[in-house]
Amino acid sequence: MIKGAITGLGKMGISHAAILGAHPEVEMVAVCDASSLVLNAFNKFSSVKTYTDFEKMVESEKPEFVVIATPTKYHYPMVKYALERGVHVFCEKPFTLTASQGEELTELANQKGLVNQVGFHNHFIGTFRELKRLLSQNVLGEVFHFSGESYGPVVTKEKGGTWRSNPEEGGGCLYDYASHVINLIQEIIGRPEKIDGALLKSFYSKGVEDAVYSLLRLDNGLSGTLLVNWSDETYRKMSTSLTVQGKNGKIICDATEVKIYLKKAVPSEKLEKGWTIKYITDLALPVGFYLRGEEYSAQIDYFVDCISNGRKSEYNTFEQAAYTDKVIEMIVNHSKTN
Amino acid sequence: MEKVLFGDNQFFAVNHLSDEKSRAQSIRFKDDASIIRVLDQAISLGIDTFMCTTHDRIANICDHIRKNPADYNGFKIYPCMPYAHKYANAVTELGIVGTIKQYVPGNIFGTFAKGGLAYLNKDFIKLMQLLIDAEMKMFAGIQTPVIFIQNVLVDMILGLKMYRVFAEFDAYIRKKYNSEPGYITMNMPALLDALNSVGIENPIICSSINKIGFRMSGGKEMYEKYLKEREFRPIAMQVLAAGALRPKEAIEYLGQFPKIESVLFGASSKPHIQETKSLIESCL
Repeated sequence: MIKGAITGLGKMGISHAAILGAHPEVEMVAVCDASSLVLNAFNKFSSVKTYTDFEKMVESEKPEFVVIATPTKYHYPMVKYALERGVHVFCEKPFTLTASQGEELTELANQKGLVNQVGFHNHFIGTFRELKRLLSQNVLGEVFHFSGESYGPVVTKEKGGTWRSNPEEGGGCLYDYASHVINLIQEIIGRPEKIDGALLKSFYSKGVEDAVYSLLRLDNGLSGTLLVNWSDETYRKMSTSLTVQGKNGKIICDATEVKIYLKKAVPSEKLEKGWTIKYITDLALPVGFYLRGEEYSAQIDYFVDCISNGRKSEYNTFEQAAYTDKVIEMIVNHSKTN
Repeated sequence: MEKVLFGDNQFFAVNHLSDEKSRAQSIRFKDDASIIRVLDQAISLGIDTFMCTTHDRIANICDHIRKNPADYNGFKIYPCMPYAHKYANAVTELGIVGTIKQYVPGNIFGTFAKGGLAYLNKDFIKLMQLLIDAEMKMFAGIQTPVIFIQNVLVDMILGLKMYRVFAEFDAYIRKKYNSEPGYITMNMPALLDALNSVGIENPIICSSINKIGFRMSGGKEMYEKYLKEREFRPIAMQVLAAGALRPKEAIEYLGQFPKIESVLFGASSKPHIQETKSLIESCL
């Protein structure tokens, strides 16, 4: 059994705690949070130990890994503390408040040879994996445009609020929603290197943006759009999609479908001319325990697997997450200077 | 329970196969009258149980049912609580304490006269009961013989190994509402073991059961073993695996498990409802 602990028992932290609790190779030894309400629930109904001090938890319990799901501003000091003590780390997204902090943590994790992963769970959805595979098989021919989009109903009326309404603490649609899309673009299509335009708009929130519209130029020369809005109540929940257009057609991919339109058939992929739809029912990654979506369990399974097999992780490394934070900085800077 | 339970996903833009279809549904069922029309068609075909989430709009459907008692004589609702996205979006925005403040009826400091949240800290069961009562309010005067907890919550409690919460839910539903508690899950074998471990015997469990093993965590073989060997009252959902299976082969597959008491399905057109209902009745 691998001993694990969690800090930050918000929506994601509790969800991770449940997934880890059900994992056959993991012993969840402790949880940590600032809220006595949540800790008391754990004290009353479960047998894991509870802490209010992260460092004390790591010192006393000596877990082999920690899951860090606190507000973003605490990520850097907590991840650093864990890595310095030889503890593998799974950290929620967005990674850190500045790209340089993320780069420092990447270096530290690599130097110590520790498994490091960030919770960009979309990479564990079968449809997005399939999109990446299809692009690598060059089914679209020369690619000339992409669009990464995400919409959802997080802030739909005017209200002040929590750390999420403070731009200095990693709140806002750019960090919360757009980071997912940037990370998908970066790992599936190409790394954004230059921002050609950026609009950060606030509709309901004070202090932070509710929407991000940006023009991105990638390292492979391709350009495209990032369109993200977390104040769109026409969506029941967060809906993320990538569209890629090439000379031989286009692919529209979201969490449930990969819709492929081809001008010419690609026999090696058994793809006919015209539309082909591939569904998540055929592409989902199998998991032993399901909560809210296969991807949440699959990413934790992968993290635990990397630890138990001494494998270097390829998905959602600190390096990749730090790069996403760098793109976020580039977008913020562009919107300020123009 | 009746063999055929009519579900509500189609009314609220829940489609596990396609985000696009789900938006089309949300346009079609924009107003409550369009939901009521389909519900009435289901009733005219002899379906008397509507299993639905505690979505805000269900409150309007309940109003309609109360105002027209003659049309809904013998009609039953199986509520499934909570409508998780409502809370999930609130937690993202307001945090856990903020969400409790928003959804517990009345002023939380008034509800717990002595010490408000500090008191709440010691009495989670009371909090759970208040939230159940808040969710159940919309069903006043309507028969609700089975009351379910949604899979997000069931599976979270299951993963956290807080099994005693199930026992408390079970006892409260029986005592306060004189109803049978039910559990929706994506992890049926693990849940049944957990429920048995806290003394809940022969529970009603609604889970995905389909030929291709879609959303059957723990594996299809394990599900089949439990369906054949263990004591519980299964309801099959996602029998079409979100549309990946054709109705005939999907429902024939269920026929080999005599223990399955009911099938939950949703459809938007009368012929479709009729076809599925006949298939279920001939195979189960």
